[in-house]
Amino acid sequence: MIAIRKWKITKDDLVARTVLFPTVALTMVFVYAFIIFTIYISFTNSKLMPSFGWVGLQNYIKLFKLDHWHIALKNMLIFSILYIGLSTIFGLLMAILIDLNKFSETFFRPIYLYPMAISFIVTGTAWKWFLDPGIGIERIMQQWGFTSFHFTWIKDSEFAIYTIVIAAIWQVSGYIMVIFLAGLRAIPHETIESAVVDGASVFTLYTKIVIPQLSAAFLSVFVILGHMAIKSYDLVVALTSGGPGRATELPSTFMYSYTFTRNQMGIGAASAVFMLAIFGIIIIPYLRHQIKADVE
Amino acid sequence: MTIKETLKLNRTFEFVIIAIMLILATYFLIPLYLMIVNSLKPLSEIRGGNMLALPIEASLDHWKTAWSSAQIGVQPIGLRPYFINSIKMVIPSVIISTVMGSFSGFVLAKWRFKGDEILFGLILFGCFIPFQIVLIPTAKVLGTLHLAGSVQGLILVHSVYGLGFTTLFFRNAYKTIPSEMIQAAQIDGASFMYIFNRIILPLSTPVFVVSIIWQTTNIWNDFLFGASFGGAASQPLTVALNNLVSSSTGVKEYNVHFAGALLAALPTLIIYFVSGKYFVRGLTSGSVKG
Amino acid sequence: MKKSLVIMLVLVLVTSFSLYAGGKTEEAAMEVDNSVEVLHWWTSGGEAAALNVLKEDLEAKGIEWIDSPLAGGGGEQAMTVLRTRATANDAPAAAQMLGFDIIDWAELGFLANLNDVAEKENWDAVIPDALKKFSKYNGVWIAAPVNVHSTNWVWANKKICDELGIATPITSWVDYITALDKVQASGRIALAHGGQAWQDATIFDGVVIAAGGPEFYKASMIDLDPTALGSDTMLKAFGMMTQLRGYLDPNFSGRDWNLASAMVIEGQAAFQMMGDWAKGEFLNAGQVPGTDFVAFRTPGTQGTVTFNADQFVMFKVDESKRAAQEMLASAILSPSFQVAFNTVKGSVPARTDVSDAEFTIIGKAGMKELAEANKNGTLFGSMAHGHAAPAAVKNAVMDVVTSHFNGQYGDAEAVEKLVQAVANAQ
Repeated sequence: MIAIRKWKITKDDLVARTVLFPTVALTMVFVYAFIIFTIYISFTNSKLMPSFGWVGLQNYIKLFKLDHWHIALKNMLIFSILYIGLSTIFGLLMAILIDLNKFSETFFRPIYLYPMAISFIVTGTAWKWFLDPGIGIERIMQQWGFTSFHFTWIKDSEFAIYTIVIAAIWQVSGYIMVIFLAGLRAIPHETIESAVVDGASVFTLYTKIVIPQLSAAFLSVFVILGHMAIKSYDLVVALTSGGPGRATELPSTFMYSYTFTRNQMGIGAASAVFMLAIFGIIIIPYLRHQIKADVE
Repeated sequence: MTIKETLKLNRTFEFVIIAIMLILATYFLIPLYLMIVNSLKPLSEIRGGNMLALPIEASLDHWKTAWSSAQIGVQPIGLRPYFINSIKMVIPSVIISTVMGSFSGFVLAKWRFKGDEILFGLILFGCFIPFQIVLIPTAKVLGTLHLAGSVQGLILVHSVYGLGFTTLFFRNAYKTIPSEMIQAAQIDGASFMYIFNRIILPLSTPVFVVSIIWQTTNIWNDFLFGASFGGAASQPLTVALNNLVSSSTGVKEYNVHFAGALLAALPTLIIYFVSGKYFVRGLTSGSVKG
Repeated sequence: MKKSLVIMLVLVLVTSFSLYAGGKTEEAAMEVDNSVEVLHWWTSGGEAAALNVLKEDLEAKGIEWIDSPLAGGGGEQAMTVLRTRATANDAPAAAQMLGFDIIDWAELGFLANLNDVAEKENWDAVIPDALKKFSKYNGVWIAAPVNVHSTNWVWANKKICDELGIATPITSWVDYITALDKVQASGRIALAHGGQAWQDATIFDGVVIAAGGPEFYKASMIDLDPTALGSDTMLKAFGMMTQLRGYLDPNFSGRDWNLASAMVIEGQAAFQMMGDWAKGEFLNAGQVPGTDFVAFRTPGTQGTVTFNADQFVMFKVDESKRAAQEMLASAILSPSFQVAFNTVKGSVPARTDVSDAEFTIIGKAGMKELAEANKNGTLFGSMAHGHAAPAAVKNAVMDVVTSHFNGQYGDAEAVEKLVQAVANAQ
């Protein structure tokens, strides 16, 4: 490491700081200054545009009185657990399968990966059609003779959120697969060989030897899925626009609608601050742990 | 040697694997198939028939319409002009964010100074900020800089909000480069720029591929910033596509919508199909080694 | 390798310079600027073509039209963008807008003063008072209305009605329910509907009037009187919504309104409750008014019109652009454009002195009813479309209506939630 402790700052240190500076400065302004701004707005009576009449905690109190917000939080919980969990499982499974069967990689990898290249403005309509009982999978299965086949989740307040999970997993799991695939390729082969020689079954080999060595890949996966879960806005808008009723509202759509279409910017900001705080509580210890572990 | 060879898997097992992969592939291909098939059908066939059925009267007319004559706003100009806008925006933003990411990633990976971990954490946390909340303050900044409604403004915004990810990619990749190499060069009196130039850059091609792919897809597909900060002459393709497909009233020409959607997705699709191999290689070379 | 670094640096420098230069050019031009930038969400098909009439009209007068279309969510996207544009001091000369949003912008002092044009062309005399409530703020004209839509309409498949012996127009709620029952008994879908919040709320507009009459609509939806909101009449209105809910097909939620219209056109369903923009959908499908389809006011609301009106709101611009902006305002209100646009769009002109010669039967009836309702004081802003109450209240009402319509609340619970939601939003 260049951690040779130096007493004085050399020219190189100066250059290093200079090239780092723009990134840090821009992040400070465009991320942290704006977060502070949002926190401030959440304590004001801002409606259509930011304004500066201080109202204390009123926006937060109003926020938690809204049924709508409770639905959004509940959906966020369901959505992120299923989305992060299932995408990770799918991605890992696909990576293992592809890794076991290399000649098929060129064929299957692009198929699994392509959804990440397209935005939901594009694929939203296709998914909406496919999930719609009147024209989509239900009707097709019935036309094929499976008359008792029913798939009406997207029309059902209770289940609509799960259809969003289905489409979201579709989009991202190929990408997750690639990250895991890269991780698998980087595992030193001797460890696997010796485990096989010791007579480990395929299952133990993966659970005991291979997966524990993927912890670095898990960090990337977690960062990517976490950021996509919190930003999954296009998806909801394209598939259900928050419906049926308000059943598939997520904090991201909630925040957007209060800030920009309901002219209650104060409440919108309060919801954003609350989400950032929750998120910070979850992710900061994790990031710290990972970065620390990395340095050692 | 691969894991497979070590495990000495038998035929049945291999068959099961292929079967699972084929089932998964179907799930992944359905939406694409649906879009392609329906972009070739006339409207009457879409309304009446099975949406998975192959077209009876296939025609590429809807693709032509979407490309050059669909009504977008008051003018029937199609998506063509917006392609150029998107390209003008994507190329500089990808370059700027990638170059800056490689510098800051290098410094954060190989330079030790007080607070470097915290700085990295702060930059990384920036990835998670929901873009909806930054719209108003960003607009204020762009207005002050007189960049509102211009391509330059969009480039600035996209470059800035890409920094978190590019820094992460490069920092992780450079972590795997042995520090001894750099120390040796330092002892020989090599300067920062010389080391970066001669030692780091030659090893960076894979991670550059990863960063460029990630940034290109994200910026190409972005709608929120393009809509909010693009002016009449700089609206990117996604905004035009949105205008094409989500008109509030009037007949919905689904075939044209799907054709337009596929056209808009073509560049990123091609990038993924062509460079997928390098992408995996780039990630393997170290950017996942957290 | 040195080369690559140099290239990188040059690229960074060039781009940052172009960033800087790009900022500069905007300040340069200070002479008279004959261009108007118009932000709107009429982006495709007929309405975009209709707007093109205005563009060509202006171009003939030497004004350049800079088009900033942004579709999505009935203007939601456009309103977001307008906020960022205004924040960046880069507001367009004109922006399409609905109802109370206009007042909210006016309060913040972003809007231009159009009194000169308005006086010269005597807008005060020809524009209905109900519209002026939104086009004027503190006695200053700030917007030019384009059209008036009305929302309390039922669209019916004439063949199904004839076959089942249903006489149209249907004028009472009881007859309407009887008719819906008849259709349902015949095995068809009685009511075609798309389950999106704004569509549910559009039905609710008419239902509130049918339940309690125009006074009740005014008290509850416009004056937001808590007693009216919590009254038994409101309970009745929710009861009627529940009744209607029973006549839908199982796949209604999330459906676009034009697909619901298509169900009526194709004879799968008998009725649709939708604003007068649905007419375009019927005409485009080659349907003839009176023989293939008929339209009548939501039963129980005859004589009352709930409206929404698109307006072009004028933002404060540089002095150099004022002349062009005023010409745009004047062109929007010119009788020829009002006719040309509204015949295509299915709405009626925003001025009352325009000849109805070029309109269809339904258009003529709409114009007559609008004028009468305006005279009798039964012309009200539509809650569903932001002309009865500000955005916060409108959306709060929509939340309750759509949640109730989708079975999350019972009738009595919905009334209770409505009172709370409106109070919270104010």
